[in-house]
Amino acid sequence: MGNDFITALRPAIVMTILFALLLGIGYPLTMTGIGQAIFPEQANGSLVRDANGSVIGSTVIGESFTSDRYFDTRPSAAGKGYDGLASSGSNYGPTSRALADRVRADVAKAHNAGISTIPADLVTASGSGLDPDLSPAAAYAQAPRVARVRRLSVTQVRALIGAQTARPIAGFLGEERVNVLALNLALDRLGTH
Amino acid sequence: MTLQGWILISVFVGMLLALTKPTGAWLFALYEGRPTLLHAVIGPVETGFYRLAGIDPSEEQGWRRYAMHMLIFNAILMLFTYAVLRLQAFLPWNQQHLANLPEHLAANTAISFTTNTNWQSYSGESTMSNLSQMLGLTIHNFLSAATGIALAFALFRGFARRPSPDKAPATIGNFWADATRITLYLLLPISIAYALVLIASGVPQTLAATVDLHTLEGARQTLAVGPVASQEAIKMLGTNGGGFFNANSAHPFENPTALTNLVEMLSIFLIGFGLTWTFGRAVGNTRQGWAILSAMVLIFLAGVALCYAQEAAGNPVLHHLGVAGPNMEGKEVRFGAAASALFAVVTTAASCGAVNAMHDSFTALGGLVPLFNIQLGEVVVGGVGAGIYGFLLFAILAVFVAGLMVGRTPEYVGKKIETREVKLAVLAIAVLPLVILGFTSLSCVLQQGLAGPLNKGPHGFAEILYAFTSAVGNNGSAFAGLTAATPYYDGMLGMAMWIGRFFIIVPMLAIAGSLAAKKYTPTSAGSFPTTGPLWVGLLVGVVLILGGLTFLPSLALGPVADHLAMIRGQLF
Repeated sequence: MGNDFITALRPAIVMTILFALLLGIGYPLTMTGIGQAIFPEQANGSLVRDANGSVIGSTVIGESFTSDRYFDTRPSAAGKGYDGLASSGSNYGPTSRALADRVRADVAKAHNAGISTIPADLVTASGSGLDPDLSPAAAYAQAPRVARVRRLSVTQVRALIGAQTARPIAGFLGEERVNVLALNLALDRLGTH
Repeated sequence: MTLQGWILISVFVGMLLALTKPTGAWLFALYEGRPTLLHAVIGPVETGFYRLAGIDPSEEQGWRRYAMHMLIFNAILMLFTYAVLRLQAFLPWNQQHLANLPEHLAANTAISFTTNTNWQSYSGESTMSNLSQMLGLTIHNFLSAATGIALAFALFRGFARRPSPDKAPATIGNFWADATRITLYLLLPISIAYALVLIASGVPQTLAATVDLHTLEGARQTLAVGPVASQEAIKMLGTNGGGFFNANSAHPFENPTALTNLVEMLSIFLIGFGLTWTFGRAVGNTRQGWAILSAMVLIFLAGVALCYAQEAAGNPVLHHLGVAGPNMEGKEVRFGAAASALFAVVTTAASCGAVNAMHDSFTALGGLVPLFNIQLGEVVVGGVGAGIYGFLLFAILAVFVAGLMVGRTPEYVGKKIETREVKLAVLAIAVLPLVILGFTSLSCVLQQGLAGPLNKGPHGFAEILYAFTSAVGNNGSAFAGLTAATPYYDGMLGMAMWIGRFFIIVPMLAIAGSLAAKKYTPTSAGSFPTTGPLWVGLLVGVVLILGGLTFLPSLALGPVADHLAMIRGQLF
């Protein structure tokens, strides 16, 4: 046993150093180099810019919307909501009173806004707290309010949602969903015409 | 449940079954030490590593030496990561000026990544610098996986080898050669291609740490970014599971689309499926491997059906408040109930522990499935290497049980199973209930333990139970409401992870050594057949009864009580 211990030391120390250089430095840096060269958009966070070139979000990350002029994203447990430095779900269990209270309050708000049937994703917090999407049902539920505030017809807003709805790849991969930032940007473009 | 959901599940399993033989054959080449297509490119690196480290890859090791070299290597790797985490404030690539990790958190994390658990007491984006992620953590994602697969190879050799006629001591291979080849010819090349797919799909890969922006409404938002894709690829492939971000694979930067989600799930199971074929090939009959895989897939599919049904049905408490549809608390819209439930069962059947939805917010029985999967000992496919060697311990017990029931000679793939092997197998398997239930009970009476859970009532108990189950099973997923970044939990969970990894490995290697020394016993009329449906049924039975039964009382107190409360609408 003693001999086994001593013979292990040199390979263990040297291999730790060699693998640290290869796997801990070489591999991530090489991937960064290749990624930045071939897919610079994605490698830097799939950022969305406005007409002036300022970054206003990311195509894959959600952000919060407070104004009635925009579609709301889902409730978020990331920090104070959509905090990109504090991704998190609520971690409330199924019998949590805190969960039931939060949902009850959001349901009441939705009812006041004229939404009768409430899709699950509209009042539940996502796993990351940064969910960029809504189900089509949760978007359609907000259409009358957005149309009213923007003085658009509900049909127009619903058509916009339909156009922004992503369908499952090959019919089975992924849920139907609407990217909220893309939808709101499309809404703004609609307003300027 | 929807047809679309079941199509996803069928396609997923079908793709894996199609990949089993090619992956297994590649692994078999590495098991035998034969040159592969990649040797022309990578061969010089391999040889160079051996030369610098003074390793003779052809030196055969007995089980004691193999175990000692593996342990020392893992211990040094762990100290290395501990040092990186304790010194991160003084090291480069720390643009956010993050502080050094406190002792308990650094120790817990170092153990966690060394043991292939990847339990995260920390929140990646606000704790770990880019250098810590790369140098401290990514390296373990490779080497803890390589260690697991190497150990599986060692056990395969125990079954496959015949004692030499000149009575030389039995050997089970060379640890350094196994670990190095697996890393260089399997894990690294796949990770490179895989990381590129992830980057193309929207996973960041940059040395920057944050992006500051003003949202469409003008509010400030700061997004954490970094070398995510390189970490993510090996995190899944090596069944590690430690996410770059706190929200793990639920975070859109780790898992942006339904396609990346499918690839991530496939990569969790890929090597585990392949190793069953490698085992069959190593012992000279691939049907032995398919029999094991069948038993694993049966238990897996039963878990998927229950979990998916529960999550799709949703939470009656919320239905009562007027919310329609499946349980979406803690889930992402792009994945929905089906892909979230499937991911949860995959990640806990394998000892991966990455999550794309928050298990803590699953329905009571939906959350029971991941918990029970881990309690079975991470043998339903299991972690890379660890799954198959864990499962083979159950196979040893199964032939023993069969021998007792029908009076057959207990032998498995040509080796007689005797008292020593059975004792060692029981010793390895008994570690799980002992530590899981022991540490959970202790935490339920200590103030420091009771301070942990976020949720109250039976679900709070389930959070503690899940934590120790996950630690001992080297899974790393969590009912994440538990506040675990305290000296008490970091210490207890650190211990549990260490015991759960190495207290199983050492008896397992002892079995490998003892089997390697046994002569080959050809199958006779007196042998219990270890292929075919009867054997598969027996394996499933032994795993469920010996592995699972011990935990039923704890499940009754946690998820089952929670379920009864949930359907009655009782809140805590």
